[in-house]
Amino acid sequence: MTPVSYYLALGAVLFGIGVAGVLIRRNLIVIFMSIEVMLNAVNLTLVALGRALGSTDGQVMVFFVMTVAAAEAAVGLAIILAAFRSRHTVNADELNLMRW
Amino acid sequence: MVEFPALTLMLLLPALGVVFNLFLGGHAGRALVNMVSVAVVAAAFLVGLWAFYELLTLPAGSALKTTLWSWIYVGRLKIDLGLRFDALAAVMTLVVSGVGSLIHLYSCGYMGKDSDYARFFAYMNLFTLSMLVLVLADNMLFMFIGWEGVGFCSYVLIAFWYDNAQFAYNGRKAFVVNRIGDAGFLLGIFALVASFASQGVWTLDFATMREHVGGVSPVVATVAALLLFLGATGKSAQIPLYVWLPDAMVGPTPVSALIHAATMVTAGVYMVARLGFLYQTTPAAMEAVAAIGGLTAFFAATVALAQSDIKRVLAYSTISQIGYMFLGAGVGAFGAAVFHITTHAFFKALLFLGAGSVMHALGGEQEMSRMGGLRRKLPVTHATMLVATLAITAIPGFSGFFSKDQILEAAYVSGHYWLWALAVFTAGLTGLYMFRLFFLTFYGTSRVEASRLPGLHESPAVMTVPLVILALLSLAGGWIGLPAGLLWGDRIGEFLRPIVGQAKAAPGAQALMLSAIASIAAVIGLALALVFYVAAPGLPALIAARFAALYRILRDKYYVDELYDLLVTRPLFFLADFALGRVVDSYAIEGLVDGAGAAARTGAGAVRRVETGNVQHYALTYLCGALAVLAYCLYYSIRHG
Repeated sequence: MTPVSYYLALGAVLFGIGVAGVLIRRNLIVIFMSIEVMLNAVNLTLVALGRALGSTDGQVMVFFVMTVAAAEAAVGLAIILAAFRSRHTVNADELNLMRW
Repeated sequence: MVEFPALTLMLLLPALGVVFNLFLGGHAGRALVNMVSVAVVAAAFLVGLWAFYELLTLPAGSALKTTLWSWIYVGRLKIDLGLRFDALAAVMTLVVSGVGSLIHLYSCGYMGKDSDYARFFAYMNLFTLSMLVLVLADNMLFMFIGWEGVGFCSYVLIAFWYDNAQFAYNGRKAFVVNRIGDAGFLLGIFALVASFASQGVWTLDFATMREHVGGVSPVVATVAALLLFLGATGKSAQIPLYVWLPDAMVGPTPVSALIHAATMVTAGVYMVARLGFLYQTTPAAMEAVAAIGGLTAFFAATVALAQSDIKRVLAYSTISQIGYMFLGAGVGAFGAAVFHITTHAFFKALLFLGAGSVMHALGGEQEMSRMGGLRRKLPVTHATMLVATLAITAIPGFSGFFSKDQILEAAYVSGHYWLWALAVFTAGLTGLYMFRLFFLTFYGTSRVEASRLPGLHESPAVMTVPLVILALLSLAGGWIGLPAGLLWGDRIGEFLRPIVGQAKAAPGAQALMLSAIASIAAVIGLALALVFYVAAPGLPALIAARFAALYRILRDKYYVDELYDLLVTRPLFFLADFALGRVVDSYAIEGLVDGAGAAARTGAGAVRRVETGNVQHYALTYLCGALAVLAYCLYYSIRHG
């Protein structure tokens, strides 16, 4: 039986990688994928804790997260597509019209 | 002390008049406004008579009282809005409302062509209300409300025709000069509060103060009395704060008669008499009051000699007569001072109303050099003015004689020989300048401008009836204060004695001699006026030319206005314009306001740069915030388990 802390540590590392990706990478598609990594890191944490506590709540929540993530992927990709059509770029640095 | 709730009516009635004139006067029409304004004051007079009658049925020295409501309850300090109708208040109330209603009646005629009559009568009724508050108040602070109220009414009525810039300026001058005195009055009240509070007496009503006045230290008593007297010199136009009164003559003449002759300007004398128990504990303050009074009487009389404006002469004569009242109060003859207030109210109101009648006939002319020979055209005005002039000159038998005689006698008996001599000399001057006014106006050749001759007419009955009534009072009003032992004696003095005490009387022969000396001085003044202005009209010009320097000084009022302008007004204006206006306002105030704007702009300019438009910067900020919250939660849970 693997201790729960292993899962939690893996979740934290994945989350950190996701955060780093969101902050550092400039390509919107990559940023978007990094967000998915973060979401799934949280999912991993939820199921691990759910199992450790002997509850199905964690798994139920993960289903909701996956549903929302699917919707989010659809909306996000549509926005990125629209942005690319008008600006011909998916570089986050260049999509900065709303500024001082 | 007897409860008498009807006293409230005396305040309520004029207050109703104010409200009516202020809010409905513009729509009600002239006749109704006139009627209401006169009726409320006359009704207040009737209530006063009723209260007076009630007071007479009580033993001497008692008072009617009523409390309107509790006013200031702070800690142990308790001050109520209470009214007190004792002998002193009775005399003042009857004078204020009685002479006041005659003047209100006269105003109906005098202001008959002015379109702003509702505002005029609203102010006049408000003045009556304030003056009644002043004389009926049973404590210093309530009295101060009336004191300020009459000052305000005086200001708005002097500047009644405010579209004339000079008139408005004179109104402000009166207000500002009075304010200097009022500052003294307030400080005096503070000194009294402090002194009585240190004895454990936390109130300012006159009866309680009188009981505990012995506990006030002599220094505090002197300081408080002098500060209060400073207030009195402002309100009652004495040296050094008299300068506003001559300039106040630009107001409508009934205002001059009511406020600047008969009632308000005597408020200072009333206050000193009301606080006589305080003044009598401090000889220094008494001496100051007597000296200021005597000097003012003389000083103003000399100025009056050389003025050519009929109302200005009367203004200086008012200052001079009030000087007599303070002289009386200062030598301890408070009763005589109040008696002189009463007779002065009669004859001085009459003089002003008479002057107003002359001005009315001449289309507003005030220069005596353009009058003369009016006695045939204005018979009623002439006759009544003659009575008033005889009364103020203190010719035996007329009202002014009895009251002035009491003051002079008290001054002599109390050992103020110099002030007595000065006052007697001033009595002579009074005869001279008053009959100068009278002869220049009514006798000699007519110098009236030709364009005004056709319209020359005696005033309507609504104006002459008050003149006649006041003439009767000026003639007979003094007989309520005959020398003790003669016929019914000094009724007003005996009536007032329990409240204000009585000065030491001279033995019979000496009193008679003093009266004779004063009367001779007055008659000499009268005779000189007769010579100068009727028998040999060229003589005054010769004398003026011979003593040109002296004449110029008198005509220009000793240059006191110019002196004050140089010493007070200009430095203050400089301070306001340069120090405060250019320096403090430009740099401190404007700097503060502009600085607030500039700081907001600079700060915002710096802070707005965080809005980079780069979504990853926002995400980083969000992360930092989330980490900070997380760190705090961790720290908290470790620290508190």
